Amino acid sequence: MDLKKALILTFIGLVAFTGLQAQTKKHKPAKKANAVAVALKASMDAGSKVFMEYCVTCHQADGMGVPNMNPPLAKTIYVTGDKTRLIKIVLNGFNDDVDINGERYSNTMASHDFLQDKEIADVLTYVRNSFGNKASAVSAAQVKAARAAK
Amino acid sequence: MKKRNIVWTMLPVAAIAGAILFNSCKSGNTDNKNGSDTTGTTAITGNAGLKLPAGFSAAAIAEKLGGAREIAITPQNNIYVKLNTVKDGKTVLYLTQDGDKATLKTSFGDYKGTGAYVKNGYLYASSDEEVFRYKLNDKSEVINPDQPEKIVTGLLSRNEHEAKAITLDNDGNLYVNIGAYSNACQVDDRKKGSPGQKGCPILDSAGGIWQFKADKPNQHYGDGIRYATGLRNVVGLDWNQQNNQLFVMQHGRDQLHDLFPEYFTTKQSADLPAECMYAIKKGDNAGWPYMYYDWQQNKKILMPEYGGDGKKEGGETAINPAAAYPGHLAPNGLLFYTGSQFPEKYKNGAFIAFHGSWNRAPEPQAGYFVVFQPFKDGKPSGAYEVFADNFAGSAEKAAKGSAEHRPCGLAQGPDGSLYVTDDNQGTIYKITYKK
Repeated sequence: MDLKKALILTFIGLVAFTGLQAQTKKHKPAKKANAVAVALKASMDAGSKVFMEYCVTCHQADGMGVPNMNPPLAKTIYVTGDKTRLIKIVLNGFNDDVDINGERYSNTMASHDFLQDKEIADVLTYVRNSFGNKASAVSAAQVKAARAAK
Repeated sequence: MKKRNIVWTMLPVAAIAGAILFNSCKSGNTDNKNGSDTTGTTAITGNAGLKLPAGFSAAAIAEKLGGAREIAITPQNNIYVKLNTVKDGKTVLYLTQDGDKATLKTSFGDYKGTGAYVKNGYLYASSDEEVFRYKLNDKSEVINPDQPEKIVTGLLSRNEHEAKAITLDNDGNLYVNIGAYSNACQVDDRKKGSPGQKGCPILDSAGGIWQFKADKPNQHYGDGIRYATGLRNVVGLDWNQQNNQLFVMQHGRDQLHDLFPEYFTTKQSADLPAECMYAIKKGDNAGWPYMYYDWQQNKKILMPEYGGDGKKEGGETAINPAAAYPGHLAPNGLLFYTGSQFPEKYKNGAFIAFHGSWNRAPEPQAGYFVVFQPFKDGKPSGAYEVFADNFAGSAEKAAKGSAEHRPCGLAQGPDGSLYVTDDNQGTIYKITYKK
């Protein structure tokens, strides 16, 4: 895991560095918005890697899921709505016979509580801002809080 | 972590090798169906969008029926279809045929499910917990649609592999699949790092085929016999009249890479394990969850949840498959062809409806076709052929997993025509042959 951490840190560092370089060329008011965008991009990039490792098999690369089995991540309130509920689905798994946008999905989602807070934050930030979704980022602190309240 | 990086850099190599293997496995294809598949841009017109061997034609005789699962054709050439969705409050449909058109006559039953079978003057239909039967009149119409006999009741259905597929033999027995509500009998289903349970408790009441009396009401588990065990999930099953024997198609386990990236690349995980055809004798054990079948090595392999690594062999007491197919194609329909309409080579061979994959992601998805498996003397003989292709609508849609149609149930009409259901859009296809 150490190598992975180091890689991610280097990557984030690089992104931040290039972001900073770009910023210095711009005017000051854009600075804060830019920093947010850079942080979001770093989280999205890290989240996309987590997604490809743990989520893509069921939810598919386009986030559309599988009819009757695995629900879509695109345009559903489960993903773009309440963050705590979403974090808890990742932490506890999901085994209800759910009805999402009028369709029924039956497959078991295992608990992914073995992922670190930051990995969960990144992957949820990724799914909340992919497949046509646009919702606020999830932070590691929010995951930590949800895990403690579990 | 190092291991995973090596795996990633090896991926393209593995993918190419896998593609070659997969294509060579499909060597039964003699025409250029697959050639045109790879371009994927050719619009298919006629034959209801399907690609078929020369001399065959297909018509979509009914559309938009809902989640059409198993199908049964009466001796009078009329149709019963079981839905796993509700259409106008009902879940069993009765249609009559006129040329290339089937018309919905009546519908009944308020339970979603999969099974439909007509035998000896009765229609059998299943929910995810029960099996019902309806007495038919001399025109094979249901006499009392609101009061079926409950033949089997109280079967487990736990949101995974819940479909109770059914078939009957010639001696008054009903066979019901009770799928395992699990991927590999881990302590925590599908959770990375969770071990396989020794003496898997699921097998007492699921993960096999149960035999019940076809005419005895209100049978529970205790009234039936666990006819075969160690079968993760079966949707396609049929009674082979030549051997007087049950054949089943197993859905193999999912997620080898997700759960064991140290042993399986995404490409290996897409192709493994095999989807197996088993010829069943009473008391057989097909080995789930302790082993899976690897069609590339032609070996029974120890399940990684039970200490396997993709190489160690396992399943010493498990039967061998009669035939094996690439992973995750989801065989949902099995039919032994006994008609005389199709050319001689099809007689007593097996049609298999592969519903199509999802667990091959991030590799391209596959399936969404009906395969023909030649048989000789009651055993699979030679490579399978893709018989009816392009249910997906295009190669791109198949690869993405966004198939327009998903073949599910199979049935043979009294004139030897082949019927295929699609549970995505509710189409019924009728495939016929002319010399």
